[in-house]
Amino acid sequence: MTEATMSSAMSSAAATPVRRDIGLKKRHAAETRFRLYGIVAIAIGITFLGLLLVSIVSKGYTAFVQTEISVPVFFDPAIIDKDNVRETNPKVLQTANYPVVARNAVAAALGIDKTEKKAMKELSTFVSDGSRALLRNMVAANPALVGTTQTVSLLAAGDIDSANKGQIDLTVPEANRKVSDLQVEWLNTLKQKGIVTTGFNWGLLTFGASSRPETSGLGVALIGSLYMMLIVLAIGVPLGVAASIYLEEFAKKNRFTDLIEVNINNLAAVPSIVFGLLGLAVFINFFGLPRSAPVVGGLVLTLMTLPTIIIATRSALRSVPPSIRSAALGVGASKMQMVFDHVLPLATPGILTGTIIGLARALGETAPLLLIGMVAFVADAPSNPLQPATALPVQIFMWTNEAERAFVERASGAIIVLLLFLAVMNITAILLRRRFERRW
Amino acid sequence: MNDTIDGCRVAGLISLDGEDIYNPSIDVVELRARVGMVFQKPNPFPKSIYENVAYGPKIHGLAHSKADLDEIVVSSIRRAGLWDEVKDRLQEPGTGLSGGQQQRLCIARAIATQPEVLLMDEPCSALDPIATAVIEELIDELREKFTIVIVTHSMQQAARVSQKTAFFHLGKLIEEGKTEDIFTNPVNKKTQDYITGRIG
Repeated sequence: MTEATMSSAMSSAAATPVRRDIGLKKRHAAETRFRLYGIVAIAIGITFLGLLLVSIVSKGYTAFVQTEISVPVFFDPAIIDKDNVRETNPKVLQTANYPVVARNAVAAALGIDKTEKKAMKELSTFVSDGSRALLRNMVAANPALVGTTQTVSLLAAGDIDSANKGQIDLTVPEANRKVSDLQVEWLNTLKQKGIVTTGFNWGLLTFGASSRPETSGLGVALIGSLYMMLIVLAIGVPLGVAASIYLEEFAKKNRFTDLIEVNINNLAAVPSIVFGLLGLAVFINFFGLPRSAPVVGGLVLTLMTLPTIIIATRSALRSVPPSIRSAALGVGASKMQMVFDHVLPLATPGILTGTIIGLARALGETAPLLLIGMVAFVADAPSNPLQPATALPVQIFMWTNEAERAFVERASGAIIVLLLFLAVMNITAILLRRRFERRW
Repeated sequence: MNDTIDGCRVAGLISLDGEDIYNPSIDVVELRARVGMVFQKPNPFPKSIYENVAYGPKIHGLAHSKADLDEIVVSSIRRAGLWDEVKDRLQEPGTGLSGGQQQRLCIARAIATQPEVLLMDEPCSALDPIATAVIEELIDELREKFTIVIVTHSMQQAARVSQKTAFFHLGKLIEEGKTEDIFTNPVNKKTQDYITGRIG
């Protein structure tokens, strides 16, 4: 009885106020639409990123394998040292005609007579000319090899390597392609015999510059980039952190420090090629530092990353709560003790993240390095930062200027290497931030 | 500490043992070592409980050995009435304690440097009544050893814990005197209005 009256009272109470139209339907529709725009934007972004990665990886993964020809090589004294003077004149071992030695070894494996001129000529473009340096280095290391037979992995020439990877269209008429039918036939026979194999291309990571794709690699570029990163770390980080600590914690806020702050923010936006010009004018022309040297590149990149490091460090310092500063000062710490005992440890993750991101930017920077001459043909690895070298992105730039198919895959391979380094650095930044992050 | 706030203006005289503390020749670091401070919001360092208390004595060179330092830390925490609650977890972060415990940790940190004066800037405003009672009890004990200056907005608290009271209004000193006199027989009209609840 009571329940019935209550429910009737409630329903009449609920029915009385007429619902106002406050445009809910429109508002919800607008929100749904906005979300849709967001999803579309992200999808487009991801699609392009995916396209980029797929394109680079599909073109570049083959750069990490290399066709090799493993044959017993007879270090024929009649070719290497005709006059038998190597005891008195070791130079003959340097200048000997090693490609012939290599060619003869492959000819023997194929059962070709050395006197067949035409076949021997085709063979000379079958085996990489890099065998010259390879065999010469073996003999230079151990002159007793002359006269003996050793199994050596010779590199296949770039075009043969491309053919072996299936990158050369064999339906094209023979005259119009770089690999002859005879060479393809040899390749297939040697593959069946297990003499031609494909292995991991260590050369990509160790060789220097070369006009032949199969003997060119990132070795010099890697060392150059490493030197430059070390210089940026050793000079840029202490300078940047010290400058930001001074500006943020000690300097009085006045017109002069305001001016400095505005200038630092502007410097961060200066195109990197301008820094290259500065490096050319100041470090090379004025201070007389050597051209193409990683030391100059490192200094230029240091100048370029300094604003990034300073901005990141200052914002990290600023994010330390003021209560920590008052607490430290309150127990009688001096300003320096406050900064180094309390503020800096709390700001470390932010500083590290900013630094690594600055470093990653410096690692991928090409334009300023072109201006200071690091876009050079450097075949030998530099033993110190004053010797000429190139850098990873510059090497990519140079390889993309080449025409051969094998250089295209190498450029993509180098991009993969560069992206790997950048990914590793960014992941390190994230991990460090997670590791050191503290809550208060 | 006012120096760290931009646009702060000070007039009048504050003296410690007859020396004007705003005299430019006073070393602020020494002054801050002589005057301990407890802030409105508990602000322990994001370090262990032990390190929170040990930091002051360490930078002032008050302890000559590890045992000395341990002694100072333990006695400070004891005097701050926190010992029984934290004795088993001195190496845990000070930020993991409750608000009242953090405030007592800050008091322990302040008294560990053996200051002459202890400034407390509304030490209980961020705390619940029970924690407030604990801190007030503590203030009563500590006043045997230190001069305590406490800022509070609670007239009841001022009446409870203090012996002398000064009434500031809009940055100006209105009246000061013995606590009983201020609360029972104020001279100034404004003080009268404040304690009777007409303003404030």
